[in-house]
Amino acid sequence: MTDAIDPLLSISGLSKRFGGVVASDNVTLQVKPGELHAIIGPNGAGKTTLITQLMGEIRPDGGKVLFEGEDITALPTWQRGQKGLARSFQITSLFLDFTALDNVALAVQAQAGHSFHFWRNARKQAELREPARAALARVGLAGREDIVVSNMSHGEHRQIEIAMALAMKPRMLLLDEPMAGMGPEESAKLVKTLRELKKELTILLIEHDMEAVFALADRISVLVYGRVIASGAPEDIRNNAEVKKAYLGDGKKTAVAHG
Amino acid sequence: MTQALTLRNLVAFGTLAVLALVPLYSHATGNFFMMTLFTRIVILAMAAVSLNLIMGFGGMVSFGHAAYLGIGGYVVGILAHEGVGSGFVQWPLALVVSALFALVIGALSLRTRGVYFIMITLAFAQMIYYVGVSLDRYGADDGLTIYKRSDFAGLLNLSNRTVFYYVCVALLFATIYLVWRLVNSRFGMVIQGARSNERRMRAIGVPTYRYRLTCFVIAGTICGLAGVLLANQADFVSPAMMHWTRSGDLIVMAVLGGMGSVIGPVIGAVALLVLEEALSGITEYWQIILGPMLLGIVLYARGGIEGLLQGGRHD
Repeated sequence: MTDAIDPLLSISGLSKRFGGVVASDNVTLQVKPGELHAIIGPNGAGKTTLITQLMGEIRPDGGKVLFEGEDITALPTWQRGQKGLARSFQITSLFLDFTALDNVALAVQAQAGHSFHFWRNARKQAELREPARAALARVGLAGREDIVVSNMSHGEHRQIEIAMALAMKPRMLLLDEPMAGMGPEESAKLVKTLRELKKELTILLIEHDMEAVFALADRISVLVYGRVIASGAPEDIRNNAEVKKAYLGDGKKTAVAHG
Repeated sequence: MTQALTLRNLVAFGTLAVLALVPLYSHATGNFFMMTLFTRIVILAMAAVSLNLIMGFGGMVSFGHAAYLGIGGYVVGILAHEGVGSGFVQWPLALVVSALFALVIGALSLRTRGVYFIMITLAFAQMIYYVGVSLDRYGADDGLTIYKRSDFAGLLNLSNRTVFYYVCVALLFATIYLVWRLVNSRFGMVIQGARSNERRMRAIGVPTYRYRLTCFVIAGTICGLAGVLLANQADFVSPAMMHWTRSGDLIVMAVLGGMGSVIGPVIGAVALLVLEEALSGITEYWQIILGPMLLGIVLYARGGIEGLLQGGRHD
């Protein structure tokens, strides 16, 4: 296998508790370059909290995060963005009063050095607009560039989320339930887009849509009550007894696995 | 963005044209009170435009912006009092001092958000206000008379009211142009992005704090320049220049005119001060009339007068 390759992202012993709630319980996992690593688990398992810690918006109580071999545990969010970690948000987080193109162009701009440029009109700079257009086209939003985002549909917002992450030219994508709230048709389209993306990018995917997860993932980790209870290839996870128990309950109650 | 001949653009450019033509009217009719009134309007419009840079575009609602009017004004007043009459010294020093104050106030205030930001900027402004009150050497709360306007060694005679008026108008127009360039630049995109969604801004790799702070300092500096003009216009500085109600006036101008555009606060300043003048001629209780008018604008025209002219965005 590819065990000889150094992981791109390496999480070791990550712990976080909020009062009595354990959000991350000694989480250790590694994502190799080029891999699509999916994290699944019931609601409240600490999946989003994990991404939030990876992006540095929440400081872990203990443990370490290495990105490209560098310890980024204490870096502020924006520096992680600069280093090539790009996330999409589970709950759409866009610049609602800007157009779709403005949104993505801002992501391009953020990666194009500092923004202490006070004079030239940013909306007329081809070096920002063209890559943004390309990213929008990639997620299937060509022709929708000039629409103000607050007037676009939920599905389109999800697509812009991904376009923005792409526009950052990241080393790694952290996708937090990109299919949340999408219809089956939109989901299928997004699975196709992600399949294209995984050829070039390392992706950490949190998703409740099991069909999508098993269609896309190279490896899957299962998170329950903040703990990784299983990690492995999709077929191993499908047959793992502990996972079945966590997801299907022990016959009395059924864990709901929908966002 | 479109430069079409809309009602909105017509009013915007009409307002600027009127501002430029006031002296002609005054000279033709001999009504020089009009020019004095409009000098004040132009100066306060400049302060309102600078406030709107942080408030409208940056989402930083400063309730202490008049502090910079006072700081700019007091630098001129104190220097004049101490015998330094040269504008070449007074003006740059006033800008530097305003910028430094904005840097310190901004550096601390911008660590807070929302109501706390409003309160902490207000608190700083009040502190500076009371410093002004306690300056016994410089007139304390009675204020300080400036016996000679800033001296530009024969280049400009600010004691000539027409010259002074045009200096103010030129600086207002320059401010509008500067702010307009600024908000459309990469810097401006970051500032507006941080207003709209700061968390997202950080996630795409932007350290928002330093941009917001820079913006805060630019706005404070411009307002300091307005303070320099105000001191020269009144030949007088006093703590009242930076009273919190003056900060409130600036906010009202921006909200009334429209925070969504660079020129909105200019329209707001003209509307507010002309109304104030006109209504106070009718009744002593003019605020009873002005208050409901402001309420109406805020309730029914979200984008201020500017937004109303645009044809009412219903959002």
